[in-house]
Amino acid sequence: MKKAIVGILALIFCFNLTTATASDKNLKISMVTDVGGVHDQSFNQSAWEGLTRVKNELGVKVGYQESKQDADYDSNLETLLDGNNDLIWGIGFKMADSILKSAKQNPKQKYAIIDYSFGNTTPPNVVGVMFQAEEASFLAGYIAGKMSKSNAVGFVGGMSVPIIHSFQYGFKAGFKYANPNGKIFEQYAESFTDAAKGKAITTQMLNQGVDVVFHAAGAVGDGVIEACKEKKKMAIGVDRDQNYMAPDTVITSAMKRVDNAIFNISKDFLAGIYKGGTTVNYGLQDGGVDLAPTTSKLVPEKILKELEAIRQKIKEKTLIPPATPEAFSTMFKEKK
Amino acid sequence: MLDSILFILSTTLMYSAPLIFAAIGGVLSENTGVVNIGLEGMMAFGAFVGAATTSLCGNPWIGLGAAGMAGLLLALLHAWASIHMAANQVVSGIAINFLGTGLSVFACRILFEGSTMTPPIPLENKIPPLFFGQYATVYLALGLVFFTHIFLYKTIWGPRWRAVGEHPKAAESVGINVYQIRYLAVLASGFCAGLGGASLSIAVVSSFRPTLIAGQGFIALAAVIFGRWRPMGAMWAALLFGASQALVVFVGGQAAIEISSQILSMLPYLLTLLILVFMNKKSAAPKANGISYQRN
Repeated sequence: MKKAIVGILALIFCFNLTTATASDKNLKISMVTDVGGVHDQSFNQSAWEGLTRVKNELGVKVGYQESKQDADYDSNLETLLDGNNDLIWGIGFKMADSILKSAKQNPKQKYAIIDYSFGNTTPPNVVGVMFQAEEASFLAGYIAGKMSKSNAVGFVGGMSVPIIHSFQYGFKAGFKYANPNGKIFEQYAESFTDAAKGKAITTQMLNQGVDVVFHAAGAVGDGVIEACKEKKKMAIGVDRDQNYMAPDTVITSAMKRVDNAIFNISKDFLAGIYKGGTTVNYGLQDGGVDLAPTTSKLVPEKILKELEAIRQKIKEKTLIPPATPEAFSTMFKEKK
Repeated sequence: MLDSILFILSTTLMYSAPLIFAAIGGVLSENTGVVNIGLEGMMAFGAFVGAATTSLCGNPWIGLGAAGMAGLLLALLHAWASIHMAANQVVSGIAINFLGTGLSVFACRILFEGSTMTPPIPLENKIPPLFFGQYATVYLALGLVFFTHIFLYKTIWGPRWRAVGEHPKAAESVGINVYQIRYLAVLASGFCAGLGGASLSIAVVSSFRPTLIAGQGFIALAAVIFGRWRPMGAMWAALLFGASQALVVFVGGQAAIEISSQILSMLPYLLTLLILVFMNKKSAAPKANGISYQRN
């Protein structure tokens, strides 16, 4: 009896080994979401849409692990490591530490991470993917500058981190570009969840005469959009097309096309191209960022035409929207 | 100047209303001797059910009622575990917290095609503003404080409820049904917490998402202790927390004042902590709070 069990176990073990080595015929790509899950109406959902497209169009297996809290990243990565994945995606900058640790411990496993750059210290088995959010934000800022009647607009940020700065300074620059004498109010909520705080901050801005508010603040933005909806002022959404949240007042959204990035990089990976050890930047040029498709609903034709010209300039790199406070101040010093 | 004061006042009320609802729930439950750490989970479930019902049937008042019932449903579990089964009240409360959020997300995915966020409610279907641009829920919260105060200190029921929280055995010996009162109190507590959740999801904003209730239940719990288990006290504590948040937003929005927003955002929590340290010299907790009662 004992021998039989040992024999069966040995058989199972061998079987496991053979499936593990035969996996290159049957490729699999999976992702770990950050806190939020694949239906978060934000970038995790967008990421999963990208992977779903990979499955449908390229015919490989895909999967995901959802993280309920920051502490889940490591164990979710472990699960994917055990699941014979050829490429593992980490979604969101919060996962950077976990990806780095996992990549160093498993040098043969290939990884990619959304919204994070390890710069010169990127391990050879990791690709960082950054979005030039400043390009879409610049366009949004331009719209704000042209559509504001009070010549005053607002920006509500989640936390003061480089990723949010690229939204903030891109937006500011676009606004100044369209409306050099306009006024801009900026405030950070120091949270990505406190919707009530977003609403309070926005209400104060509207009281001070602001009539367009842009947010890059996750769920805090629910409050931003709500305040604008109640006061019938304009709001600008972020990451996804947020027009559905207030169809009459969300005039545009600065979208990050995480789905496009995931699809393109996964497609390259399947074709044998993997830029390990580097960071890939996705901008307007390659469909990594853009304004929401619903923009044409509330923004007048004239402004849309002007936007087209600016979009062209950004693509040709004759206009480079700033992503940092430093780049912003040099851009507007040169103009003077 | 007047505008600034009005802004701080209205922000305080907006922030505090959900906390007041939940804190009153805590006051009711703990005055009869049942600790309710599960307020957070009950708020989350209430917030979800409120937003989902309003979005499906279009009437915020039905949504608000449903939210209360949702909180009550979770409270029934807490009551059954901690009163009937004499389980540890803290453990049961923690379980309720997990359950409340988990159940909301689970039900949301089933009802709304996998989405963890309920569809936004249009303006005309939200809880309407009443006076001074404040939502009806704000006045409802303040009314609830008043009503609870009267109930606990001016009616014949009040002393009975409090007796159960102080010395259940003595109360039972004079013919008070301890189980019945504790059940009623915990159910009422869940109902209030559910209303608190909905006052966020269908008044302050217009949809539910899993991060909407992020700590409000625990702040309400602190308000109960800080307010010495009295409805008025809990209300003032909740208002203080709301006011400090309003102040943070106000100061952060003044171009003339330059303080780091990170430092500013610590203020409400720091203030709560400091006041708890310095004020809570003589504790007024009901003596039998947290102790399960078993009939012989």
